[in-house]
Amino acid sequence: MKFGVITFPGSNCDQDIIYVLRDVLMQPVEELWHKDTDLKGCDFIILPGGFSYGDYLRSGAIARFSPVMSEVVKHANSGGYVMGICNGFQILCESGLLPGVLRHNENQKFICKNVHLKPASSSTIITENLDKYKAYKIPIAHAEGNYFATPEQMKEIQDNDQVLFRYCNEEAQVTSGSNPNGSLDNIAGICNKSKNVFGMMPHPERAADFELTSTDGREIFDGMLKAALV
Amino acid sequence: MSIVSTSVAEATLEQAEGMGLRPEEFEMIKEIMGRTPNFTEMCIYSVMWSEHCSYKNSIKWLKTLPKKGSHMLVEAGEENAGVVDIGDGLGCAFKIESHNHPSAIEPYQGAATGVGGINRDIFTMGARPIAQLNSLRFGKLNNEKTKWLLEGVVKGIGDYGNAFGIPVVGGEVFFDESYQTNPLVNAMSAGILSTDKIISATAKGPGNSVYIVGSATGKDGIQGASFASKDITADSANDLPSVQVGDPFQEKLLLEASLELAETDAVVGMQDMGAAGITCSSTEMSAAGKVGMKIDLDKVPKRQEDMKPFEILLSESQERMLVVVHKGKEKIVEDIFEKWDLHAVEIGEVVEGDKVTFSMKGEIVAEVSAHSLVLGGGAPVYDRESKEPAYYAENLKFNIDDIEVPDMDRIKRIAAALLGLPNIASKRWVWEQYDTMVGTANMCTNKPSDAGIVNIKGTNKAIALTVDCNARYVNNDPEIGTQIAVAEAARNISCTGAVPSAITNCLNFGNPYNPEVYWQFEGAIKGMSRACVAFGTPVTGGNVSFYNQTAKEDGAASPVFPTPTIGMLGVMKDKSLHTSLDFKYKGDLIFMLGDSKNCLGSSEYLSTLLEVKNSPAPYFNLEEEVKIQACVRGLIENNFINAAHDVSDGGLYTALVEMGMPGLLGFDIVSDSEIRMDAFLFGEAQGRILVSLVEEDEDNFLDYIGEQGINCTLLGHVTKGKIHVDGDHFGFINEAKHTFDTSLEKRMAAI
Repeated sequence: MKFGVITFPGSNCDQDIIYVLRDVLMQPVEELWHKDTDLKGCDFIILPGGFSYGDYLRSGAIARFSPVMSEVVKHANSGGYVMGICNGFQILCESGLLPGVLRHNENQKFICKNVHLKPASSSTIITENLDKYKAYKIPIAHAEGNYFATPEQMKEIQDNDQVLFRYCNEEAQVTSGSNPNGSLDNIAGICNKSKNVFGMMPHPERAADFELTSTDGREIFDGMLKAALV
Repeated sequence: MSIVSTSVAEATLEQAEGMGLRPEEFEMIKEIMGRTPNFTEMCIYSVMWSEHCSYKNSIKWLKTLPKKGSHMLVEAGEENAGVVDIGDGLGCAFKIESHNHPSAIEPYQGAATGVGGINRDIFTMGARPIAQLNSLRFGKLNNEKTKWLLEGVVKGIGDYGNAFGIPVVGGEVFFDESYQTNPLVNAMSAGILSTDKIISATAKGPGNSVYIVGSATGKDGIQGASFASKDITADSANDLPSVQVGDPFQEKLLLEASLELAETDAVVGMQDMGAAGITCSSTEMSAAGKVGMKIDLDKVPKRQEDMKPFEILLSESQERMLVVVHKGKEKIVEDIFEKWDLHAVEIGEVVEGDKVTFSMKGEIVAEVSAHSLVLGGGAPVYDRESKEPAYYAENLKFNIDDIEVPDMDRIKRIAAALLGLPNIASKRWVWEQYDTMVGTANMCTNKPSDAGIVNIKGTNKAIALTVDCNARYVNNDPEIGTQIAVAEAARNISCTGAVPSAITNCLNFGNPYNPEVYWQFEGAIKGMSRACVAFGTPVTGGNVSFYNQTAKEDGAASPVFPTPTIGMLGVMKDKSLHTSLDFKYKGDLIFMLGDSKNCLGSSEYLSTLLEVKNSPAPYFNLEEEVKIQACVRGLIENNFINAAHDVSDGGLYTALVEMGMPGLLGFDIVSDSEIRMDAFLFGEAQGRILVSLVEEDEDNFLDYIGEQGINCTLLGHVTKGKIHVDGDHFGFINEAKHTFDTSLEKRMAAI
């Protein structure tokens, strides 16, 4: 499986995810540029974190007009895998590939810290190999990560088992105290109805390198690779 | 000889003084030019000869600092930042800089552009920034203005640095009333480069093209350098246009484009535009290469119409660089900047001689000698008068016996209160607003240690970075206090297992024309020199910020605490040595290297809780300090200890709690019958390092300590959570942690 990581002007986690995919997980990676008009044969497209186009209008709002995004939408609609992390998640919501929006954190501040995630859906390649009762320690780093969806969207998300992760405490209990940003239903990540487009605010690529002594993110990638390569 | 346009009127003495020049300096300029400068030329001299650009009141002393070292690739003053060889063909460029005056009146933009400026200093040399630190000082926290400043500064640093995408790996925040209306914002950046690809800030080769790249030029920040060179007063808000506006998105694009450019052979030299914009970059690059330049100001991309020559020349619009390009390689530069959607416009060429000539609408609007403008060239150099302030003698009269020894109940209350003081408590409220993990190289997120450790991916190495300065110590004794600042930085680095390598400094002082301030400055430089020689850590550069003072209600002003912030780099040859500060297992032994002293001088306990203002710097012995640090590095290399943490602000009790909190482990220790209980627990005598080890390593540990001739005491052992001193119960570690973690956010929320 060939991964494609898109660099938008203002992306700043592109090299981090490329490092994890290429040097830690030993996967082939193509570096894609926002002005590219084809995906160069990649199977799994990743939209990294950062501040695409400075995020001056609204996070992710301008990036969705990038030339490469029309190809990403086509890829997703034909069943190809697409994953957005942090700013990438915001872009996927803005472009309509994922339901809902990401609002300013409840405390109106940027928050960077380790949080804990509990896998929800067991019917996606991201989560199916994960322990549903484990709290995975993964960092967040965002100012706009407060997930919101309308009641109709929420019903569809629930009915289709589209929640990837919920914020939880160290004991894997989903509590209001463990919700860092005010997200609806503690939602940290979701997928689309067809379960080929994924978005999450936390950064698993920041917890995937043994040299950083925090590797729960690596379990997420390993589980995903195992499921996707079957 | 060219004819300078007469459409710009000759400058007058009154104008010169209005721009901050002294009458004798106006005379010097006339002599250099052989005529009276016009208004535009006067503007150029006024910014280039400002304190900020010329270092005219500090350079004599700065020259006495140790700069040499076999590992120095670029020494202080040679380029935008110093570069240290870290092996494997890699170098580390690092520097600290102040943005105090802008932050005092517009904390958000002031701090943001400080971050932008220091990072440009690093990547203009061809280094990719990999870590940032900051050192902040504010007035008392129980004050709405202080909270506004703190919120603005932290948000400014966060918004800029987070978007730019470089992690914050360390820093310090200190509160004292001397900073009430004049906060200090010192930002540091460190970058890695390939030693064969260092880009110089030098213009060479007449005929080569001069480009301006990055953002367009606007009217923001005009004469910021002059603004930074005068006292902050009640009227300073009128100087608001002197504050620049930052755009981290443009900076990120400029970074990527500049580093792509660094990979080509098109660049002769490059310098970022900080203070005094086009003026400073063009004249400094020309002076460095002993050439001149011809610049056409009509070609500079502008944000506003009808900008006057002096506005274009002095604009401090951010995210711009001046690049000298080899003739014939212009297309390479233009293509790279086109890719990143940035301006890259040819505005002139390098010429023979020493004259930098600026023209507009076909007329020469200014013609100046590059050499005459710059530090080390024709810029003035002054000796300043100094005088020991009266308070210094008062400090030395302090007698510890005048302070009553508290009983054990009071000791416990003091211990609890200390952990919640703004200068001791966790700065979590601050650093959670910074991206500390982007770049996936911060090795301290999950393994806290005394200095920030940054992984150099693809090598066996890591670098260690720290910023330190206890300005109360420096105020109470400038020479010893500054030695302590260097020693503490080195101690923090040594406790991680890294070896101290070099420093950068940010010298924040009051008005240099005040002899008592200048006495503090001289003492600080002497102390820094002595300590840097002892630790083998040359000074690679930095900056001087004078004129920091707090306005009083009666209109008078008093200088801030003298604050020579030390930013230190250390090198960890083998990153597996990285040692964290936290206790590992219940039952582990806790030892202290170094001696307890009957010393309360300058401690938080004495100064803040007991409100005793006059006391000397704490106990300090430079030779002992060097030995003890070598010893802790040896213990780490031999794997005899599992945690190391230095005793600093707040004293022994605070240090032990800090070791206990990450793993929620407590400690059970015994005191020293020779030492007063308050001095034992809360004194800040220097030269002490706490270590923990498993019992099986005790013999090896003691043998090694014996060989090194280091004094060391068994304090006690690690507990499951209880805190005991001489059998007295001081509560549990989770209670201490709660106080420590939440104190600052509670104070920020309090009205």
